[in-house]
Amino acid sequence: MSPSELFNIVIMQGFAGFSLFSVLLLMGLGLAIIFGQMGVINMAHGEFMTIGAYTIYLASHLSETFAPGLMPYYFPPAILLAFIAAFAVGWLAEWLLIRHLYKRPLDTLLATWGLSLGMQQVFRSTFGPKEVSPTLPDWLLGSWSPMAGLDIPINGLFVMALTLVVCAVVFLAMFRSRWGLRVRATVANRAMANATGIDTRRTDRITYAIGCGIAGMAGAAFTTIGSTGPTSGSLYIVDAFLVVTFGGAASLLGTIASAFSISQVQSIAEFFLTGSMAKVLTLSLILLILMMRPQGLFASKVRR
Amino acid sequence: MNKIFEQFGTHRHAALILLMLLLAVVLPLGLDIFRLNLIGKYLSYSFVAVGLVMLWGYGGILSLGQGVYFGLGGYCMAMFLKLEASDPVSTKIQTTPGIPDFMDWNQITALPLLWQPFRHLPLALLAVVLVPGLLAFVLGVAMFKRRVSGVYFAIMTQAVALILSVLIIGQQGYTGGVNGITDLKTLLGWDIRTDRAHYILYFVNVALLGLVILGCQWIQQSKLGTLLLAMRDKEDRVRFSGYDVASFRTFVFCLAAALAAIGGAMFTLQVGFMSPSFVGIVPSIELVIFTAIGGRMSLIGAVYGTLLVNLGKTYFSESFPDLWLFLMAALFIGVVMAFPDGLAGIYSARIRPWLLNRRGIQAASSVTQAGNPARP
Repeated sequence: MSPSELFNIVIMQGFAGFSLFSVLLLMGLGLAIIFGQMGVINMAHGEFMTIGAYTIYLASHLSETFAPGLMPYYFPPAILLAFIAAFAVGWLAEWLLIRHLYKRPLDTLLATWGLSLGMQQVFRSTFGPKEVSPTLPDWLLGSWSPMAGLDIPINGLFVMALTLVVCAVVFLAMFRSRWGLRVRATVANRAMANATGIDTRRTDRITYAIGCGIAGMAGAAFTTIGSTGPTSGSLYIVDAFLVVTFGGAASLLGTIASAFSISQVQSIAEFFLTGSMAKVLTLSLILLILMMRPQGLFASKVRR
Repeated sequence: MNKIFEQFGTHRHAALILLMLLLAVVLPLGLDIFRLNLIGKYLSYSFVAVGLVMLWGYGGILSLGQGVYFGLGGYCMAMFLKLEASDPVSTKIQTTPGIPDFMDWNQITALPLLWQPFRHLPLALLAVVLVPGLLAFVLGVAMFKRRVSGVYFAIMTQAVALILSVLIIGQQGYTGGVNGITDLKTLLGWDIRTDRAHYILYFVNVALLGLVILGCQWIQQSKLGTLLLAMRDKEDRVRFSGYDVASFRTFVFCLAAALAAIGGAMFTLQVGFMSPSFVGIVPSIELVIFTAIGGRMSLIGAVYGTLLVNLGKTYFSESFPDLWLFLMAALFIGVVMAFPDGLAGIYSARIRPWLLNRRGIQAASSVTQAGNPARP
């Protein structure tokens, strides 16, 4: 194997890691908001991702049957739809369920696990137990080869770009908007935030819904690299929680760093070992590091 | 002498005796051996539920990885039984006789070192408790010393469950992979697949469960139990009083792990196989749900909860497979939202006062019952 071939393999394997990185990061970002900021253990997070993925599938199906001419353009608006769908369901879930449980974080875990079971069954009854995948527009398929022997899939590039945009928007919203200010104030000191006139209940609801919405966009990204089944989301839920915990629960920057390191370690290990052993190795490494340093990579300075 | 009678007549003992009567007399008389074996399988889960009452209800530590210890206990037992089932005579058609069939399929030619101790029953029985106990000890010390608790502990234990199940599935040659360890036949030459063996194993299971519950009740009433409750409610105060919180937590975590492992071993004996589908995240959370539905503060309630949920699961998934998940979801949400103390909570808050009232006894005496304290 020549050095240039080896270089290409490293780049491509690294890029495969980037696709995983994008999905993990989008999942992690939503969870970092819900779990890191609000302290709600959202076990249904994976199902919100699945909602997003099924929304894309529905959009592709509808445009294929009713407006084939729109096929090249449906994807971007469908991502927005995925966000809205997951946002709406999240809003409803918060109103019906989560808001009664803020004082009992471990119980949110059980309740949202129940929620996720129910949602999985809804998916199964609606879309069938088989995995489905949307018909992707042509411009998402194929690959970009900047030089001979090096193929970078376009859908991976697209997902990367999407992730970057979402990250930027989340950061702007969190640190430059009134909503972000209210969220941070509520997290830092709920009673004081209430006293200064912030409607913390409303803030909670919108925050939870936005976290779910981002999970929906993760689902949209997921459709470009895998097919969607009723239980697809639950495959990512532990990884997503580890991403957030490993990054340091209250730190968005930590979430990015940990999603990056986890996905890269896993994809590099996959090159040398079997898939399952790579996963075992990655998870064990994270667990070991978390045992040494329980607060995660970026510890928050919030006083609790 | 009077004191003994007072002790004997207390509520918790009456409840245990009632449970034992149901399990050891009523059910064996009323059910055929197939159904009784099924009950025995559910009862093996209830060991985990009893452990979770100690760990979660009393210790305030939620573990989402109890399937790990259930599985490890079950695997230790299954490894011994598998080695006995694959003696050189009955496996002579294999390329390498005398090793388990799945090893032969995976081109392994000698028994791995990991399997060697499981040739001997005493070592295997020791391993059933020690292997999970040791894992729990290492994890517990590492995490509790650094004051990891609550949500983070739950997530870490869940990660352990994921790791172990992926590992078992991935290492097919050493563990039997997805299928697990199957075709278990005899225990020291005694065929465990006959009806007679099923009966005997069922009663062994019930007796063990009774002993385990007695032991846990004893712990609950001792100073240790009080300390556990105190740590759950006001961790810092206990720490400032000079107690080493981490050690107590590690102890109760190991206890729960060992109980889960006993359950796992009983499961293997009664059902005749062990597979990674009892190790992962989903079964681990289901075990927590059994406990939550039975009542996280009640040892007896946990057993009833396990039985009821599993009977419901068997009935519904046979008759209305689509409805089962919805029902399970509703159970989860309903119990958490409306009855955080589960069936036992409903009993001690509603039914018991009502019964006492009917009998004309002042309901006030029921308030003294431990195990129904304010929630954290």
